[in-house]
Amino acid sequence: MKVEQISIFIENKSGRLAEITRILGEAAINIRALSLADTSDFGILRLIVNDGAKATTVLKEHGFTVNQTEVVAVEVPDSPGGLSAILQTLDREAINVEYMYAYVERCGGNAVIIFRFDETDKAIAALKANNVNMLEGSRLYNL
Amino acid sequence: MFFNDEFETLPRPALEALQLKRLQATLERVYANVPFYKTSFAAAGVSPATVKCLDDLQKLPFTTKQNMRDSYPYGLFAAPMEEIVRIHASSGTTGKPTVVGYTKKDISVWSELMARSFVAAGAHKGDIIHNAYGYGLFTGGLGAHYGAEMLGASVIPISGGNTKRQIMIMQDFGSTVLTCTPSYSLFMAEEAQAEGVDFKKLKLRVGIFGAEPWSEEMRGEIEQKLNLSAIDIYGLSEIMGPGVAIECIEAKKGLHIWEDHFIPEIIDPDTGERLPEGERGELVITTITKQGIPLIRYRTRDITSLTYEPCICGRTHARITRMSGRSDDMLIIRGVNVFPSQIEAVLVGIEGIEPHYMLIVDRQGTLDTLTVQVEVSEQLFSDEIKVLQALSRRVEKEIKDMLGVTCTAKLVEPKTIQRSEGKAKRVIDNRKL
Repeated sequence: MKVEQISIFIENKSGRLAEITRILGEAAINIRALSLADTSDFGILRLIVNDGAKATTVLKEHGFTVNQTEVVAVEVPDSPGGLSAILQTLDREAINVEYMYAYVERCGGNAVIIFRFDETDKAIAALKANNVNMLEGSRLYNL
Repeated sequence: MFFNDEFETLPRPALEALQLKRLQATLERVYANVPFYKTSFAAAGVSPATVKCLDDLQKLPFTTKQNMRDSYPYGLFAAPMEEIVRIHASSGTTGKPTVVGYTKKDISVWSELMARSFVAAGAHKGDIIHNAYGYGLFTGGLGAHYGAEMLGASVIPISGGNTKRQIMIMQDFGSTVLTCTPSYSLFMAEEAQAEGVDFKKLKLRVGIFGAEPWSEEMRGEIEQKLNLSAIDIYGLSEIMGPGVAIECIEAKKGLHIWEDHFIPEIIDPDTGERLPEGERGELVITTITKQGIPLIRYRTRDITSLTYEPCICGRTHARITRMSGRSDDMLIIRGVNVFPSQIEAVLVGIEGIEPHYMLIVDRQGTLDTLTVQVEVSEQLFSDEIKVLQALSRRVEKEIKDMLGVTCTAKLVEPKTIQRSEGKAKRVIDNRKL
């Protein structure tokens, strides 16, 4: 149920994002979802790509600091209150969301949201128990 | 192990008698041959006859780097040019370089003191000395080279730069002793790792590092990464070059200064008064055997202290403690004295921080600001902003706790801080003072 995400450290300097996307493009890696967290000095670019291992290798070769983290892709009903219901479930179970962002593609009629939890396994169990659908990495990359 | 048993272990009374005799001869020499000293002695109301015992040395005026610049290029030479066989010059970071000249005898003394230093560091005949100090006007390369030859070791005169080739040669030639700046040794370690070369498989046993101040923490880092015993060496071109003082491998606690050729003193840099044994202050050196350019009470700007306590190695020569920096390098930030080496010590103490950093000093309005740039290694990196921000805050807090100065830590991408193949540049001061 876990999905692999890669994170890249970037300084707040012009051209860094362009450089990363150029490297990935030349390596024929497709970006499926992204989120950029930024502070005044630096940012963290988080990506879901079709080939995480290859992306990590090529970015490291170009001198970037990269790490891989496990996140969870949750199917969220595309209707008012859909996300709220899921967040309430998590809150009841005392699971913290470190951050979240939306996936580009939909899955059937549902939206897909990427969650980073403080306790990933506990979160997966809680969501399962509450009949919330999560997507496998293999399925996600091919949506 | 000694190179020159007799002189390295000379009992103090005999050593001091020798110093007095040599000091008096040097004073006569400079008084007769160097107009600058005739003038400066007269202005201070002293003459060579003033010095009847070693303590009288304090009555003499200082020589400063500015005096050397004013005498550019040969004004302070005490030997005629036809006796000068070598000329070196210091890197002139501000204005003209300072120029020094050596007679044949000066070169031979320097070679011996450097050979003594190699032995003190644990090197011996049969060693393969990989000399990565720069060859040229800088004294490092040739100074270590002549010492290695006098010792009878095999010297590889590789000089600085071209790090990949350095690593290949260390591997293929079986280098056992490395001489370079401490920051360059860490850069080599980094390059070796990138090339997939394991320092543990090399034959290096001893590293002799100098030409820039470094910390005890950095020694630990170098010893671990390069798998060798790291020894601190001290020297400056004005006095001779490398080999003025060196740690012995037996104690690794303070650098023996070769007192049969130099008289060290520690002074208060503000008042010029001599400080008692053990107190930190500016190192002042008088050369007592040099012919080319003898210097009387030369203010080195290096901050250290002096001890005459006997050392377990058996050498009777005084020891200076590890340099905490040059008074020139000292930054005054909002009234707090800060040496880059102190910040380095804090950074190296934080798990996962790479020993590459840059200090940027600026002034906003009337307030000084200090920014410490630190590279984010894979070990430190996290996908969570709060983890990285906590790291910045930790760096800021530890520097504040240790040095009492407020700074901003700025995380930068790996390998973006300039690497140096000689003396590392650690400070950018943008203040218009």
